[in-house]
Amino acid sequence: MNAPLSLLKMRFLMGLQYRAAAAAGILTQLFFGLILIMIYVAFYTHNGEAQPMMLKEVVAYVWLQQMFFALIVLWQFDGELFGLITGGNIAYELCRPWRLYPIWYAKLLAARLASASLRCVPVALVVFILPEPYRMPLPASPAASLLFILTLLSGLLLVAAISMLVYISVFWTMSPVGSVLMIAVAGEFFAGMIVPVPLMPDWMQTFAGLLPFRWTVDFPFRVYTGHIGVQEALAGIGIQMIWLAALAAAGQWLMGRALKRVVVQGG
Amino acid sequence: MRLYFKYMSILFKSQMQYRTSFLLLCAGQFFVPFAVFAGMYFLFERFGGLTGWTFHEAALCFGVIQMAFSLAECFARGFDAFSNLIVRGNFDRLLVRPRGTVIQVLGSSFEFTRFGRMLQSAVVLGIAVNGLSIAWTPAKIITLLLMIIGGVVVFSGIYILAATFCFWTVQGLEVANIFTDGGREMAQYPLDIYAKWVTRFFTFIIPFGAVSYLPLLYILGRADGPDLLCMAMPLASLLFLAPCLAVWRIGVRHYRSTGS
Repeated sequence: MNAPLSLLKMRFLMGLQYRAAAAAGILTQLFFGLILIMIYVAFYTHNGEAQPMMLKEVVAYVWLQQMFFALIVLWQFDGELFGLITGGNIAYELCRPWRLYPIWYAKLLAARLASASLRCVPVALVVFILPEPYRMPLPASPAASLLFILTLLSGLLLVAAISMLVYISVFWTMSPVGSVLMIAVAGEFFAGMIVPVPLMPDWMQTFAGLLPFRWTVDFPFRVYTGHIGVQEALAGIGIQMIWLAALAAAGQWLMGRALKRVVVQGG
Repeated sequence: MRLYFKYMSILFKSQMQYRTSFLLLCAGQFFVPFAVFAGMYFLFERFGGLTGWTFHEAALCFGVIQMAFSLAECFARGFDAFSNLIVRGNFDRLLVRPRGTVIQVLGSSFEFTRFGRMLQSAVVLGIAVNGLSIAWTPAKIITLLLMIIGGVVVFSGIYILAATFCFWTVQGLEVANIFTDGGREMAQYPLDIYAKWVTRFFTFIIPFGAVSYLPLLYILGRADGPDLLCMAMPLASLLFLAPCLAVWRIGVRHYRSTGS
């Protein structure tokens, strides 16, 4: 288990090198957050009665999304891994004395953790002191904040497992663009990145509930605001674990099959 | 102009060499804004409307801005990807040719996969126009076209400005995304729902308001001012473009090559 750990550390340090990019990212995130909140404020002033979410909960949802953007967004893919597969350098990876799935998984986790840890704290510093109605509310209760951290982290494990499946699909398609775009668009939508899941129409919420995506974004964010209670949150962690086990098992199996038939050309 | 179309046809042919990849990217470009549009629709459905705006009116706003953005991304891509030219020292090659720099940079790259996004914006525009009962006069149709063209000019101006900074910073500036992607996200909704400082900034500094919100009021028949003034509003985008081009000139003069 040592190799994945040290890889994690390496990737983490590498991510920390790109500080200017992170600064630009922070500004962009703040701006997007403000714009989104203004849109929701306009909707809520028009008709804020009896909505499934209070404005304050939506504000928290928006800011959490901006703070942990790098952690949970499906869009972020590592060009290096794609290059390994399509370029044939996968041969080197296969020579190394470790199993590929855990190593790549660790790489993905590390890249996400590194860029998120750079962005999350500065954004948090700003959003907690913004004037109302833009201010980020505090977590609903100490229990909620603890559960939030737990659910966010298991959500992160889940996102990495989903994106592993995308990488593995490249073994078959050889061109990352198509599969990546489709999964990213659908996944982000059903995760609640565009509209919070409780604000979707009922039939769509049911559909989103059947997919793994909402457990990565929507679920931890609503645990934070107390929109999902403690009891339900504990049950939800169980569901996250089931999805994680299923997706990781599927990924391992598919990767095994892909590696059996991989042919590297050239010398 | 002849040169520009020549550049365009060459790059189109080269992109068509990878047909599957091209089509897949087009499809992707179709679905990305489609998801955002679906989100807008669901919000309108959930909240029953937005103060002073119906869904189709907002959709018109959305369609115009998305169309302008996709056109700008397709045709002004050379400026968007300008840091590549600088980093590799390829800008030197443009300087020794006996043609203007602006047209050569414009011609250096086209993103034809944005056709997908254009198609999507056209669909949204269709939905909006279908759902609104507007008496379309020639003047209103011209205004709509002017809005789209003005939007393209504003987005291109931002690209040019961001590209100009590359002369000093070499690397591309990610902050410019606030004004391109952020401006797009913001101008999708009618501008008056935002806080005052946002509205003012995006009307008087970067004139998104002038190309979308104010003429939109005229099309919907709600404008206060004289018609001709509202129709001519998108021309304000030219006032924005002029200083951008001037700064570009200064930048070109300051250019020091990175190549060897």
